[in-house]
Amino acid sequence: MLQSLALVVAQVILFLVVSPFIVGVIRKVKARLQCRRGASLFQPYADLAKLFRKQPVVSTTTSWIFTATPYILFASTLAAGLLVPAFASQMPLNFAGNIIALVYLLALGTFFLILVGLDAGSAFGGMGSSREAIVASLTEPAMIMSIFAIALTAGSTNLSTIVHKTALLEGIVTDPSPHLMALAALFIVALAETGRVPVDNPATHLELTMIHEAMVLEYSGRYLALVEWAAGMKLLVFLTLIANVFAPWGIATSLTPAAIGIGLAVYLVKVSGLAVLIGVIESMFAKLRLFRVSEFLGVAFILALLALVFFYILRG
Amino acid sequence: MTALLFCLLACYTAGILLPPCLPGRPKAQNVLANGLAIAASLFGVLLGLAGLLAAAPLTASISSTLPFLTFAVRIDPLAAFFVLTISLAGLAVSIYALGYLTEFYGRSSIGLMGALYNGFLLSMTLVVIADNGFFFLIVWELMSLVSYFLVVTEHEKSEVRYAGLFYLIMTHVGTAFIILTFLIFFQEAGSFSFAAFRHLEQPLPEGLRTLAFLAALVGFGTKAGIVPLHVWLPYAHPAAPSHVSALMSGVMIKTAIYALLRVYFDFLGGQFPWWWGFTILAVGAVSALLGVMYALMEHDLKSLLAFSSVENIGIILLGIGAGMTFQAYGLKEFAALGLLAGLYHTINHALFKALLFLGAGSLLYATHTRNMEEYGGLLRRMPWTGFCFLVGSVSVAALPPINGFVSEWLVFQSLFLGFHLPVVLLNLILPIAAAMLALTGVLALACFAKAFGLSFLALPRSAHARHAEEIPVAMRLGMGGLAAACVFLGLAPMVVVPLLDRVTEPLAGVSIEGRVLALDGWALAPTNVEFSSISTPAIAVMLGALAGLGLLLAWAFGGRLRKRAYKTWGCGINLTPRMEYTATGFVQPIKRIFSTLYQPTIKLETEFLEESHYFAKHRRFEFHIEPVFQKYLYDPVVLFFSAVADRLRIVQAGSLHLYLAYIFVTLVVLLLVAV
Repeated sequence: MLQSLALVVAQVILFLVVSPFIVGVIRKVKARLQCRRGASLFQPYADLAKLFRKQPVVSTTTSWIFTATPYILFASTLAAGLLVPAFASQMPLNFAGNIIALVYLLALGTFFLILVGLDAGSAFGGMGSSREAIVASLTEPAMIMSIFAIALTAGSTNLSTIVHKTALLEGIVTDPSPHLMALAALFIVALAETGRVPVDNPATHLELTMIHEAMVLEYSGRYLALVEWAAGMKLLVFLTLIANVFAPWGIATSLTPAAIGIGLAVYLVKVSGLAVLIGVIESMFAKLRLFRVSEFLGVAFILALLALVFFYILRG
Repeated sequence: MTALLFCLLACYTAGILLPPCLPGRPKAQNVLANGLAIAASLFGVLLGLAGLLAAAPLTASISSTLPFLTFAVRIDPLAAFFVLTISLAGLAVSIYALGYLTEFYGRSSIGLMGALYNGFLLSMTLVVIADNGFFFLIVWELMSLVSYFLVVTEHEKSEVRYAGLFYLIMTHVGTAFIILTFLIFFQEAGSFSFAAFRHLEQPLPEGLRTLAFLAALVGFGTKAGIVPLHVWLPYAHPAAPSHVSALMSGVMIKTAIYALLRVYFDFLGGQFPWWWGFTILAVGAVSALLGVMYALMEHDLKSLLAFSSVENIGIILLGIGAGMTFQAYGLKEFAALGLLAGLYHTINHALFKALLFLGAGSLLYATHTRNMEEYGGLLRRMPWTGFCFLVGSVSVAALPPINGFVSEWLVFQSLFLGFHLPVVLLNLILPIAAAMLALTGVLALACFAKAFGLSFLALPRSAHARHAEEIPVAMRLGMGGLAAACVFLGLAPMVVVPLLDRVTEPLAGVSIEGRVLALDGWALAPTNVEFSSISTPAIAVMLGALAGLGLLLAWAFGGRLRKRAYKTWGCGINLTPRMEYTATGFVQPIKRIFSTLYQPTIKLETEFLEESHYFAKHRRFEFHIEPVFQKYLYDPVVLFFSAVADRLRIVQAGSLHLYLAYIFVTLVVLLLVAV
């Protein structure tokens, strides 16, 4: 019991602490690729601290939804984070939700963000909400399909079980092609869900292109800090998911101090590596037009479907 | 149980007979009619629970002078579950109606409305407990007719009359197919009693079984509103007074689900070829997806909710279809899981859809319009209604941790278990159905974010919305009760699952309570904990604790909260409602991406100033969505019948002598035939 509690608390702290770092890494990589020195890797921490101390301005048009949403978003994202094994494969909260619960927990945050975009009454927010709705509806089927392809190979939809089994190489089919296709699909989904290039650009405040930023445009002070922190954690949830579902090796499969130490170190290396990859992608590609996004996400869906077909063909 | 049944029947009957006896006293009529309905539904809730827990089904019957007709009732767990669903929704709606009917004082006859309302509840209850085919058809017809009269309450409006007529025709087409289904059984059984249908002396031949399957699907599907038989639903449900809409959308369409289960699993004995399950799955997936896609495009709040009912019937059928597919391959535990998921969604939908329709009724009550483009900012003026509507929206969008999420999750699980089936085609089709369900789920999220966001948030868009007042206490109570029930059903699956298991056990032939509940009921884990599990209480605790952590962090880093209120930045000018995003604008990207389905026609006429072509004097923008099904499926049929009727006009000359001649000729011909 005490051990379980400790693991949960450790994971909460891990997500809170690591997520701004990941955002810093991506920014640094982008800056370097643009031949700038860029801000320090730890700049996002300073940004958060500053935002927390600033006095928030709340629009007179808004309702209680506006002030409640940052907390709901923060809680739902962090709760989703607790369902993904990060440094130890067997999470005590495994029973609380499988991968579908994770998808729907993130959707809970999206729902309230869409409401907030509409709450202030400005056209920017509405535009962001409307776009977020369409991007979310296109990503979800691809996400469910890729998740299912993974779940089939591991024989479970519980994340801890999937990760644990894969880490110990239990019941893994020899041919990795369904896995790789599902990985590609999930990676595209992750880019879309977390608002990265080529679907959305987190660095822009240009009214014609922004999606996520448009919805949260009215936030300031501590509310903005919580929203930004949650956005960072959502990114980390997806990176953890990709890292540990497809390459869980190195994760602590037992709870000895040495294993946990190695697990933590390997985890940090993996998610940092993925963050570098995202930074490179953001520098290499241009943002897609909104109405081309459907094709991009269509690719993800087809890949996930193919993964499923291949699984059955290989099984014979 | 017999006593409860008697009390229920007595209260409803009194509710039908007494209110019209107090003419000219609308207030007394209102209290009497709804008070009796409340009492009757309370008995109904108890009866449902007793029926679910009873060891043996309750049967009772009174014979009649008509051949084949006996007034037989039988309350087995399946019937009891639906009695419970009907009565729970009926209870909350009747409390709400106490307040809502004040709107109709002096406009419509409250006594008549109250009598019809009680008759509607009574006929629905009788439909699910009837144990004789003839009796069933009578009460089914009664339910259709009473609901028709309720739909046309505001008959002075032409669109209401049109909706009523459309409903009446469609429901009778459905009834024709239902009669066909029963006749198939009757000619084998020689009696209309359900017991005889159940235990036929020799089993039906394969062809007739298939015919019965299809006729039942079409007949009951018309009432349930499956695509493409749904076209009447978005007209009829919104046209009725809102508390009746809540019952029609929340409960009445479920009687069709009951009847389908009764025919397929009870009469046909749960023996299916694989393609039956597949058909139900396909119908479910298509209904779910198309239902929500049309719902998204609606700006009339009640029509939006009606289309969303089509979606949810689809989700229920996905669960049942998965169950039937598993049943065909003898995978009984999974079959029970699919059915359980479908039934869980049935009661959930009954509650949250009733809640949302009551919410729409409250908005109508306060603003006198159903058009969402004229709402806005109502959360500040109507906090109770707003909060309840939000709970309903979160529930219908299947967001954790409340009830819509639990049942949709169970449907997902039963679809995922498709990999146990021995056929590769089905292995692939079930996950594709799951993907369609995922798309449905997130479109429902968008749809209800739109419905709530545009109605309750930002600035009021019309004078109606600016002057809206919070609704009376009785209406709040009704909605609050439903909202609380939604939360309860989400957080307490350990109470719901054992009850549902008693329903699915006789249908699928195996009890799965122990296999679905894990950790003393605190988690749901279909098949086993290794494969999948959720625990909504744990999720709720997590969300609460982590939101608390957020507050704590904000306080630790930022100190005490000192907010500053300021107007929204409107690019330098004051924000007006005209600058807000509209419902049409909100769904525009979705409309564009799925334009193949919607086939929108957009007309933009601009009249320019004479001096310059850069300045417009007037702009006219029109936009329609093609009602595909009506245009390509129904209009040809209507045209055909109109043409036939045109030809037949020759015989209908309107002369009395001619008609007498017809009768005479018929008589002679019949006599000749008889000889």
